[in-house]
Amino acid sequence: MHDMSIASQIKALKTREFSSAELTQHYLDRIKRLNPILNALITVTEEKALDSAKKADRALNGDNNNELCGIPIVHKDIFCTQGVRTSCGSKMLNDFVPPYDATVVKNLAEAGTIMLGKANMDEFAMGSSNETSFYGSVKNPWDISRVPGGSSGGSAAAVAARMTPAATATDTGGSIRQPAALCGVTGLKPTYGLISRWGMIAFASSLDQGGPIARTAEDCAILLNAMASFDHRDSTSLRLPEKNYKDGINRPISGCKIGIPKEYFTGSLNPNVEATVFDMLKVLTDLGAKLVDISLPNTKLSVPSYYVIAPAEASANLARFDGIRYGHRCENPKSLEDLYCRSRAEGFGEEVQRRILIGTYCLSAGYHDAYYRKAQQVRNLIKQDFTKSFSKVDVIVSPTCPAPAFKFGEKSDDPVKMYLEDIYTIATNLAGLPGMSIPCGFVDQNPVGFQLIGDYLQETRILNIAHCIQRETDWHKLSPEEPS
Amino acid sequence: MRWDTVIGLEIHVQLSTVTKIFSGASTLFGAKPNSQACAVDLAMPGTLPVLNSKAVDHAIMLGLAIDAEIPSISVFERKNYFYPDLPKGYQTTQLERPVIGKGKIPIVLEDGTIKEIRIHHAHLEEDAGKSLHTGDFDSELSGIDLNRAGIPLIEIVTEPDLSSATEAVIFAKKLHSLVTSLGICDGRMAEGSLRFDVNVSVRPNGTNELGTRTETKNLNSFKFMEEAILLEVGRQIDILENGGSVIQETRLYNGETKTGYSMRSKEEANDYRYFPCPDLLPVAITASHLKKIRQTLPELPDERSTRLVADYGIGKSEANLLAVTKELSEYFETVAITSKNANQAANWTLGELMSRLNAANLPIIESPVSAEELGILIRRICDDTISGKIAKQVLDAIWKGEGTTDVIIKERDLKQLTDTKALNKIVTSVISDNPKMVSDFINADPQRRKKKLGGLMGQIMKRSKGQADPKRANDLLSHKLHQIINGEGN
Repeated sequence: MHDMSIASQIKALKTREFSSAELTQHYLDRIKRLNPILNALITVTEEKALDSAKKADRALNGDNNNELCGIPIVHKDIFCTQGVRTSCGSKMLNDFVPPYDATVVKNLAEAGTIMLGKANMDEFAMGSSNETSFYGSVKNPWDISRVPGGSSGGSAAAVAARMTPAATATDTGGSIRQPAALCGVTGLKPTYGLISRWGMIAFASSLDQGGPIARTAEDCAILLNAMASFDHRDSTSLRLPEKNYKDGINRPISGCKIGIPKEYFTGSLNPNVEATVFDMLKVLTDLGAKLVDISLPNTKLSVPSYYVIAPAEASANLARFDGIRYGHRCENPKSLEDLYCRSRAEGFGEEVQRRILIGTYCLSAGYHDAYYRKAQQVRNLIKQDFTKSFSKVDVIVSPTCPAPAFKFGEKSDDPVKMYLEDIYTIATNLAGLPGMSIPCGFVDQNPVGFQLIGDYLQETRILNIAHCIQRETDWHKLSPEEPS
Repeated sequence: MRWDTVIGLEIHVQLSTVTKIFSGASTLFGAKPNSQACAVDLAMPGTLPVLNSKAVDHAIMLGLAIDAEIPSISVFERKNYFYPDLPKGYQTTQLERPVIGKGKIPIVLEDGTIKEIRIHHAHLEEDAGKSLHTGDFDSELSGIDLNRAGIPLIEIVTEPDLSSATEAVIFAKKLHSLVTSLGICDGRMAEGSLRFDVNVSVRPNGTNELGTRTETKNLNSFKFMEEAILLEVGRQIDILENGGSVIQETRLYNGETKTGYSMRSKEEANDYRYFPCPDLLPVAITASHLKKIRQTLPELPDERSTRLVADYGIGKSEANLLAVTKELSEYFETVAITSKNANQAANWTLGELMSRLNAANLPIIESPVSAEELGILIRRICDDTISGKIAKQVLDAIWKGEGTTDVIIKERDLKQLTDTKALNKIVTSVISDNPKMVSDFINADPQRRKKKLGGLMGQIMKRSKGQADPKRANDLLSHKLHQIINGEGN
């Protein structure tokens, strides 16, 4: 059951090969066995899941048209779930139970999915290794001595370990694509504005975007159909005509122009990773696609400008966690200032505090122009680079990360080294473009990812190319040996 | 040394939208604490703001009314600071690109000259909540009421064009009249619907360089504003004349104790770290939308005043007073039409009626005397049914709900005594009953005789229970007295 894609599970549910209750119970059993080792989930909602599965089975026996009805799912713990603790990986929100659902959660519930639990993550989505979670690191199912990537490490690891067929995730600088790559699964970050941010706890509002992590591009398309919607409660939500993202994923890709940015194949890129990417390019040319050399000259500025803009926004977004209305409050505050200082110092971990400080500094009088304004200007240049390139090519491809998963502790003492993990993914967020990571092979038995970047709202295009690749390759079908 | 005063105002105007500026919660005043604060107002994790387009429309109306530049794009920014009644840890406001640019508001000074006060800009923002403390400030319990958090405000910033407390009050009243006429603010100052921050500095008479200013915040009545300015001007002059220097600071004024005190100095000022709010898109205002709003713009006080002068022929100063609110001028117009005497209508509305309303602290729309009834009352003066003096008694009776003009006049037999025969009788008896007064009159210097008439007139009015037509009685009395002087006898 758990090796099936969602597309196959949907068929099996429709033909009564198994029920949603059976499927749900199967995953809950796997979670019970694997989660103590992998720590991919912070909360398991067993009762709620079984209850929903029963309802889904009744609906399936009726005339339910929801494609996803009865399919289990895990939500990243950044999405608010009504009545279910939503921690955002932080001590600050250890006791926070939202009285509302995120739009993504609501959309997927209305589509009939079964929530199995909430996925572990880097605290407030700040991290690339899942080492910043208050609930402890998630282990990479392919090698439990290695990180799963971050910040959606729990989502990616849970899918990779077959604890769930799919998970929601969010991507601010690579937080869907990098863990998907490091765990050997498929993840999609849609165009900024395609998926509502309502109820998704903000890290950097102008960069945050929700998306699915699953096994295949086709599954991502099915999930995107349910997740994407115009939401009047999110002012940055895009109002678009209804669309089926599965339409056209089988289209032949011969003649398709694939851009290869020269700046993405230099410097810190692991040569073995590079080799797997070249193997994928071969798959693409065999399918008739054309490779076009392009240049994204401002790529080198993406990490520094991101690490001004994202912390700046975060410093304001996280100001609401002040110990006054909800969240962690220190014991016996002596004054208002003491209440603020200690509640925040105790409630936030080191990396979150670091980013709040960076952001506060960048926005301070006297530094605002040199950092924040300059970074925004660079952001525009990066967007222009992409706009220019997309006049010549249909998609841009690159490695997702410079290297496979690293060992725990390897980069946690060097924030800058950690920040460079996202060197290939960050520019996409700064530009607001859709990006995907699909498995493309292994380096030293650890999975690596292949990134596809599309033009605005060209999710169908990248899903189409990814799907065609996945028809020709088996990387996405491989699963790790069960750790014990 | 003589000193010049320089004043600039920042005015927070609470917009009378039904819902808050970034959430769907109600803006109704006076509800139970925190009953009108939704997840967005509480800044719960994951919540997002959505701009209330009505607030923007209100801002546009103000912009059009003050002949301001209205840029096609404005931007909301985050102003970051920590305070318990500021749930997000930042206030969503506007800084670099406000919704309303430069404009102007003309005011009429006491001597009748018109002065144009320049508006620097006006921007939209959200209000904060309210912190409440039990007992004294140091007591153990503090509460936070977030009903006010997210109420839309427009902050209007003037240039330092005002040169006295009186001018500042004239301006403030004009602005109050403007925003209430536009219907964008309920104008209830006691509820905080209009709050004034005053920036005050002084400089030696005739010099151009601005002195160091202080800002006194949150004055919510015209009276407190005037007192606070006078106090601050005096304080600054005292400092300067004693060789000291004014410190740039934020101050508060206590209207109860009539004292001002420092809240924080410039050195303690926050670095607000403004940056554009990524949750809100820039606000675009199109030419066609401006046109649409312009067409719905109600009559403004200045236009109304001009029309009242033109249509009713009343004086400019009366017209200005009547034009302050739509309700007052509508009241006046009904009185004028009913009474068929616009000047009397203006005098009675602004005089007798307003003084009774002010004493009872009632707004014009709650006047116990309807405009029609006041019109009829004035008509009864004009057609000599009653005197102005009796009319005031009748007005009191109507005010108390004792009946209508004509019923009260009839039931109480207040009709003026105009019958010559009856008047003659009273005048004759008063003359014969008051020989001392009569001889005083006769023996007086002819130029001073008029003054001596008063006592006898008083007797006539007393004897007629105030109903004698004063003009006719006066004519008859002086005619008879002159007959006596001329020895014509009866």
